[in-house]
Amino acid sequence: MKKLLELKNISMKYQTLTDEITAIDNLSLECGEGEFLSIIGPSGCGKTTVLSIIAGLIQPTSGEVLIEGKPMGKNSEELGYMLQKDQLFPWRTIEKNIFLPLEIKKINDLAHKNYALSLLKKYGLYEFRKNYPDQLSGGMRQRAALIRTLASSPKLLLLDEPFSALDYQTRLSVCDDVYGIIKAESKTAVLVTHDISEAISMSDIIVVLSDRPSKVKSVHKPIISGNSPLRKRESPDFSIWFEKIWKELNG
Amino acid sequence: MKKDNKLSAEHLRYIKNIKRETCIVWILRISILLFLLGLWELLARTGVIDPFITSYPTKIIVTIKNLFVENNLVYHMTITLYETILGFLIAVGLGYAIALALWWSERARRILEPYIVVLNSLPKIALGPIIIVWCGSGSKAIIFMAVLIGIIVAIITMLNGFLATDKNKIFLLRSMGASKFQILLKLVIPGSLPTFISMLKISVGMAWIGSIMGEYLVSRAGLGYLIVYGGQVFKLDLVMAATVVLCILATLMYALVAMLEKLIIKYKN
Repeated sequence: MKKLLELKNISMKYQTLTDEITAIDNLSLECGEGEFLSIIGPSGCGKTTVLSIIAGLIQPTSGEVLIEGKPMGKNSEELGYMLQKDQLFPWRTIEKNIFLPLEIKKINDLAHKNYALSLLKKYGLYEFRKNYPDQLSGGMRQRAALIRTLASSPKLLLLDEPFSALDYQTRLSVCDDVYGIIKAESKTAVLVTHDISEAISMSDIIVVLSDRPSKVKSVHKPIISGNSPLRKRESPDFSIWFEKIWKELNG
Repeated sequence: MKKDNKLSAEHLRYIKNIKRETCIVWILRISILLFLLGLWELLARTGVIDPFITSYPTKIIVTIKNLFVENNLVYHMTITLYETILGFLIAVGLGYAIALALWWSERARRILEPYIVVLNSLPKIALGPIIIVWCGSGSKAIIFMAVLIGIIVAIITMLNGFLATDKNKIFLLRSMGASKFQILLKLVIPGSLPTFISMLKISVGMAWIGSIMGEYLVSRAGLGYLIVYGGQVFKLDLVMAATVVLCILATLMYALVAMLEKLIIKYKN
């Protein structure tokens, strides 16, 4: 399998007037094309910082990020970022919201717009394209946010706890939904979460981080029967993996 | 709701109740006004209060009519309106631009913060004599005063609106590779539209304060001039009449801004 993303010996120090904080210490990981990688760790361990570094929004103190073996430019065209809340702009229609990355990247020509609209059609939001975000349910909004992320055809998706703002019921179904769409579009994804079951049910690779300064504690490749996160949650292997990772996080 | 003609009895009762409530509020509002005006008229006419000092409603109406016919009320209104509107537009436009610049540069913001604080707390009226010396005693000085009073509040309100932009949304745009200018255009400006509208509303009031204050200080025309002049020669009818006209104009201008707000909301949906 081709390596899509590599982090090599990433370290990150924060400066404050009184202190120097090592947030990340010599972190390396890699993710193959089409794989779903989860980064899990105790809260405040710098998981989001790792994503920001991958996105090129923060420069690491040392180390490098490679995408397809090449060091990444600052504003990479290759990735799409999805945040905790949907962050749809309330003054834009759903359609205008998903065109946003095209406008920003100055590729809002007909072909790209049609591709974005085809995603809306494929994932059942086409009839809501002229609606405003507050007219949609939480699950639909999150799906719209994912389609916005996919609209500029990124190779790599970065998901920063994208389900944490949803209630439990919605969360399970949106998780399934998002997983399905990512696999259907055969995208590579890096998910940051503190939810163990979410990580196990969605991922091909799970990277467990230690408390600050974050290091890679262990890397797992759980193989669980079932073709969707919900199905996987029902598998007997699921609880075995849950216990294993739970112990690691708390041990 | 409009499409569905078959409303239940409870719903109809509910709507009726709300309409009745609104009706009552309006009736009481107008009653209070009429009662106060009537009382004023009565007390003045029966000599309980001195009409020379207090004037009274019918006299005020007659004075307004006479002002229209004899003393060019329209001329005075035009002067004051011109000063107020121009002061308002300059304060809003310049204030918005300065707030943008301060949003853009954090360093400029930090450097200028104490200046803004001082200018904000300074009673601008204290600068009156300086303004007269610099701008003379015409409309220019009055507009300058209106701008001075309005602009600081406009800057502070707008800057706070810009700075309140959701950090996560900025982060999202940056992750798409947005430049600062794109963040401004796609997020900060449209996102601060509600702040802009409330800034307009505040600025209308400020512009009136500025222009009337200015006219108190220096002027040979305008509603503020009529009020001051009336006070000096003890013509309380004139003072009251000019104040009533001022009230009406200020309310109209505020209503205009409120209409603009509705228009913008309608356009958005």
